[in-house]
Amino acid sequence: MNLTLKIWRQDGPKARGELVTYQVADISPDMSFLEMLDVLNERLNAEGKEPVAFDSDCREGICGMCGLMISGEAHGPEKTTTCQLHMRSFKDGETITIEPWRADAFPIIRDLVVDRSAFDRIIQAGGFISVNTGSAPDAEAILVPKPNADRAFVAAECIGCGACVAACPNASGMLFMGAKVTHLGELPQGQPERAMRVQAMVATHDGAGFGGCTNIGECSHACPKGIPLDVISTLNADLRKAKSGRF
Amino acid sequence: MTDTMLSTPDGVGADYYRIGAPVADTQAPAGPIAGKWTQRKFDASLVNPANRRKLSVIIVGTGLAGASAGATLGEAGYHVKSFCFQDTPRRAHSIAAQGGINAAKNYKEDGDSIYRLFYDTVKGGDYRSRETNVYRLAEVSANIIDQCVAQGVPFAREYGGLLDNRSFGGVQVSRTFYARGQTGQQLLIGAYQALERQIAAGTVEMFTRHEMLELIVEDGRARGIIARDLVTGEIETHLADAVVLASGGYGNVFFLSTNAMGSNVTANWRAHRKGAYFANPCYTQIHPTCIPVSGDHQSKLTLMSESLRNDGRIWVPKRKEDCEKDPRQIPEEDRDYYLERIYPAFGNLVPRDIASRQAKYMCDDGRGVGPMVGDFRRGVYLDFADAIARLGRPAVEAKYGNLFDMYARITGENPYETPMRIYPAVHYTMGGLWVDYDLSSNIPGLFVTGEANFSDHGANRLGASALMQGLADGYFVLPNTIRNYLAKGPYPKLDADSPAVAEARANVEERTQRLLAINGQRSVDSFHKELGHIMWEYCGMERTETGLMKAIDLIRSLRAEFWRNVRVLGSADTLNQSLEKAGRVADFLELGELMCIDALHRRESCGGHFRAESQTEDGEALRHDDQFLYVAAWEYAGGSGEGEMGNPVLHKEDLVYEAIELKQRSYK
Amino acid sequence: MATSTLPASQQAVRSSIGLKLLMAGSGLIFVGYVLLHAYGNLMVLGGADTFNNYAHHLRTFGQPMLPYGGLLWIVRVVLLASLVLHAYSAFTLWGRANGARSTKYAVKKNVAASLSSRTMRFGGVALLLFVIFHILHLTTHTITPQGKQPTPYDNVVNSFDKWWLVLIYALAVIALAFHLTHGVWSASQTLGLTNTATSRARAKIAGHFVGALVATAFLIPPLAILFGIVD
Ligand SMILES: Cc1cc2nc3c(=O)[nH]c(=O)nc-3n(C[C@H](O)[C@H](O)[C@H](O)COP(=O)(O)OP(=O)(O)OC[C@H]3O[C@@H](n4cnc5c(N)ncnc54)[C@H](O)[C@@H]3O)c2cc1C
Ligand code: HEM
Ligand code: HEM
Ligand code: SF4
Ligand code: F3S
Ligand code: FES
Repeated sequence: MNLTLKIWRQDGPKARGELVTYQVADISPDMSFLEMLDVLNERLNAEGKEPVAFDSDCREGICGMCGLMISGEAHGPEKTTTCQLHMRSFKDGETITIEPWRADAFPIIRDLVVDRSAFDRIIQAGGFISVNTGSAPDAEAILVPKPNADRAFVAAECIGCGACVAACPNASGMLFMGAKVTHLGELPQGQPERAMRVQAMVATHDGAGFGGCTNIGECSHACPKGIPLDVISTLNADLRKAKSGRF
Repeated sequence: MTDTMLSTPDGVGADYYRIGAPVADTQAPAGPIAGKWTQRKFDASLVNPANRRKLSVIIVGTGLAGASAGATLGEAGYHVKSFCFQDTPRRAHSIAAQGGINAAKNYKEDGDSIYRLFYDTVKGGDYRSRETNVYRLAEVSANIIDQCVAQGVPFAREYGGLLDNRSFGGVQVSRTFYARGQTGQQLLIGAYQALERQIAAGTVEMFTRHEMLELIVEDGRARGIIARDLVTGEIETHLADAVVLASGGYGNVFFLSTNAMGSNVTANWRAHRKGAYFANPCYTQIHPTCIPVSGDHQSKLTLMSESLRNDGRIWVPKRKEDCEKDPRQIPEEDRDYYLERIYPAFGNLVPRDIASRQAKYMCDDGRGVGPMVGDFRRGVYLDFADAIARLGRPAVEAKYGNLFDMYARITGENPYETPMRIYPAVHYTMGGLWVDYDLSSNIPGLFVTGEANFSDHGANRLGASALMQGLADGYFVLPNTIRNYLAKGPYPKLDADSPAVAEARANVEERTQRLLAINGQRSVDSFHKELGHIMWEYCGMERTETGLMKAIDLIRSLRAEFWRNVRVLGSADTLNQSLEKAGRVADFLELGELMCIDALHRRESCGGHFRAESQTEDGEALRHDDQFLYVAAWEYAGGSGEGEMGNPVLHKEDLVYEAIELKQRSYK
Repeated sequence: MATSTLPASQQAVRSSIGLKLLMAGSGLIFVGYVLLHAYGNLMVLGGADTFNNYAHHLRTFGQPMLPYGGLLWIVRVVLLASLVLHAYSAFTLWGRANGARSTKYAVKKNVAASLSSRTMRFGGVALLLFVIFHILHLTTHTITPQGKQPTPYDNVVNSFDKWWLVLIYALAVIALAFHLTHGVWSASQTLGLTNTATSRARAKIAGHFVGALVATAFLIPPLAILFGIVD
């Protein structure tokens, strides 16, 4: 396959960036999207040009490190992560625009690499269950009804990639936050801190500069793990109940 | 470190290494094995809570081993500084583990016990692990599950609300806890959340996108690290009373492995160069069920859960001519279900190393399937046609749907219709820095946990035991043993411009500048790939003396070329991913040689590693307990310059088996 | 180390979810109002007496407990307060959303978003402008293209025999239908009532239903008048 790539190049957080056009030839449809970029980078290196910086680690769709805006879609046209997207999803001769996640809460570090530490701060605010090592009761002492366990699991699948924010017209982090609130909120272990958790997380989310949610639904569609929109409903309900003291 | 020549190593060895004084673990208390851990915890000194704040610990790595240790030591009140090279601690490679985690809970009443888990793990490691460590691992395994459940880890449950278990990797009992195919992810998220909680509480300081590039050793003690801020390029000095390496495994020395792209040996290797012994470096685990390579562009390999072997049947065509055919057109009588043929008792469920080696033999024999990669087709069929006929497609879908989808996404083939293709891949490294029962390396103040140390898996790893080890080390073992060391602190304050610190910093700065200055012709990746080829060919599943010697020569010249001809563009003061890779590959180029030397000296077949010169009459692995019942702990003996390795010194730690009787494995 | 920029006491309302709750609450009041209003408008079909009676009755409703026009004033106060809250929240969140992505994408596709969800803000502004116009037109009679009329019935009938007034109303009603199609589902989601895939699907259906209902009910009288079915 031969492709035209328009890639966002930006030297540093403060530098001005621009879309630069590259041609790549002989791309195999079996390559992953990132392997295609590896090929480009090898060539750039050989030409004495600095390679394009982009994040990836596991390349298995589980660590959440990769993430590119590919022709206007977060993680590209398939429901998966960028690293698991394969070139067979594209047509020979196609022009592909590659941009970083854009959100003021995710400042650009370089080229396609962004800083998603705002997600960590949201977790720090309350995305945990306070249990110290060694103080846990026997695992079977806590029974979890299967429907709750299953819903908690679905929500817990979030890999923190940030595609939801990237895709949301409001650059909102509600799907990510809703996933955590639902994961912990469905479990008996998560109940004691439920009210405090949601309030602290929402306050941190807003403080970090994410937008609010207007229930548009791009996030869930872009989410490689298919986190459903109902986690945002749960998040909203939890906040409402927390504010009215109903937990 | 005395390196008196105790004996002349036989044959060729002497050209490659020297033999030094034996080492021994002096920390495991005497007495029956079941009481040792309780005794050790009791013996270890306590630290007054008021003093803990004044004691600082650096933890490199936020995988299961590092994050759990960080959270626990933070809770205890120590001042923790935690490092990872990813953008957040949650992305550590542990996240990728699929299958599950073992624990001797015996919830199924099927005869499991601490002793049985201990026994299975030692046997799985082919009797090359330390009994005391493994027993402790089995002992604390149950606490891990309790801890994780309390944190909200969503393990699979049954309708009654109780936890579900499965049997994994051919064991006879159901002791593996799992969270669909995402056990590692869920466990790591639990540990990550506990860590973030401590970050919020101010007990843990987190340094993401930071890479440790040097260990600071002052007065014989590990006192800190030099790290590079990968965003700004700044070289930073971090000092502490103790340093913990939880930096994971080094499977990426093979270039292609199931490890994450960033997994590397740098933290361990830098410590090794500063005096820490590297134990059993050649022990690597090769996993039989990975998706085969599709071409030269491939950057990593993807594992599919071993559970596939429970229902899939493995075969290759009987005749070479059939290898290109559509597998569905090959009639039953022309298929060779070779595992079922050779190992009728275990069939497709033989241990990982056997399944892997046999697949390699079939392909070397020209009967592999799939695309040609180099001169061979590297793949065998894993066929679910029978299972689909027997259980029905919906049942197969329910059980393996995720894996089938993943396979389809990567290969573009539909595994419900055509058989899957699989091939072995490097998956785990059992070797690592040498540690004693306290998880302390031979450098006081340097502790090593998780995959980065060597201690619990011997020559091969039992499935679902690495997650267990990471969390056991981090939550339960290290916090108890490190306090014995910290109780003697705080250690004298170290000046930022003391000679030890200055030397370490200068080292990092010089090395960085040198990498950027070479400006040769070849990319870092091209060196890495070539090294990977050498390692896989000569130090992979099957090894021979001549092959290993050849590999050492090849690696030496490749390393020399690297320092002459690598091209790393850009500068040191920004995010520079080529520079990061270059540093890692430079270390792999040294490690590779040590691995080959270790493999060369171990003239026995054991665990996952098959030495062609040591086999039984019918071609099975032959262990030599009389000669090799020891841990090979290697001491660095090279100069301080880049790429000058010298001849490493071998310190043997004899393995003592008191609780378990040694047996040759047999799966026939 | 929560990095919230708001003191805890203000987080309740100022948080993006707090603001959304205000919008949902006020929005649902609007929904209730427009449903009743649309129903009331259908009285036009019953002829002059029916409609005039209805308009009169609106003002005498609750007498003698309430003064003449009392209920109407209560409704007006509630609506105005809702409008202020609704608009305040909408504009605040709009501003935050703009600030949350100050550099736009060169290429951005919307693949899941419905047209109605993406037109909420401009549709809302259009509605606001319409309501102002509408009140000046039929409540205060400041704008009277229909000329001075003796009864509410005449006001309505003599307005909607002009095609361009019908057009303005029709456009407004369509904008309203869009706003409510997304708004009803969105409010259910905001209030946390859609925690399962089925309840989510139901809320979507409810949105479409309310949108269609309101559009039909509002459009019948003007069209009936324009085409001379009612005169
Ligand atoms: C695909 C796959 C599936 C697996 N499945 C299973 C399974 O089912 N069951 C099981 O028991 N085991 C499994 N394993 C093995 C197991 O996942 C790993 O052995 C284990 O998770 C290692 O954990 P760790 O904490 O030691 O290291 P890692 O999780 O690898 O963490 C290493 C950490 O060190 C950091 N680091 C490394 N070098 C530096 C440096 N120089 N400077 C700063 N930071 C550094 C990294 O950022 C990272 O945070 C699997 C492994 C793979 C590859
Ligand atoms: C000032 C003008 C208005 C603006 C700027 C405006 C804007 C908005 C916005 C941005 C939303 C949020 C959409 C979402 O959550 O997806 C919304 C919701 C809503 N609006 Fe409006 N709107 C306005 C007037 C109106 C009017 C006049 C009505 C009714 C007649 C109305 C009814 C609703 C309803 C029912 C909702 C749903 C509440 C929710 O989303 O939680 N709005 N509006
Ligand atoms: C074709 C459709 C409509 C017709 C025929 C119509 C008719 C009327 C009439 C006759 C009045 C005056 C009632 C009175 O003072 O007795 C009125 C008031 C009002 N209408 Fe409508 N209307 C229509 C659509 C709408 C829409 C779409 C909205 C809102 C989005 C709306 C909101 C209002 C409001 C807020 C008032 C003022 C109520 C008050 O007196 O306080 N109307 N309308
Ligand atoms: S919710 Fe989905 S898109 Fe958002 S961070 Fe999690 S996995 Fe990524
Ligand atoms: S796309 Fe954005 S508006 Fe809400 S539903 Fe998703 S966060
Ligand atoms: S690189 Fe890990 S999810 Fe893509």
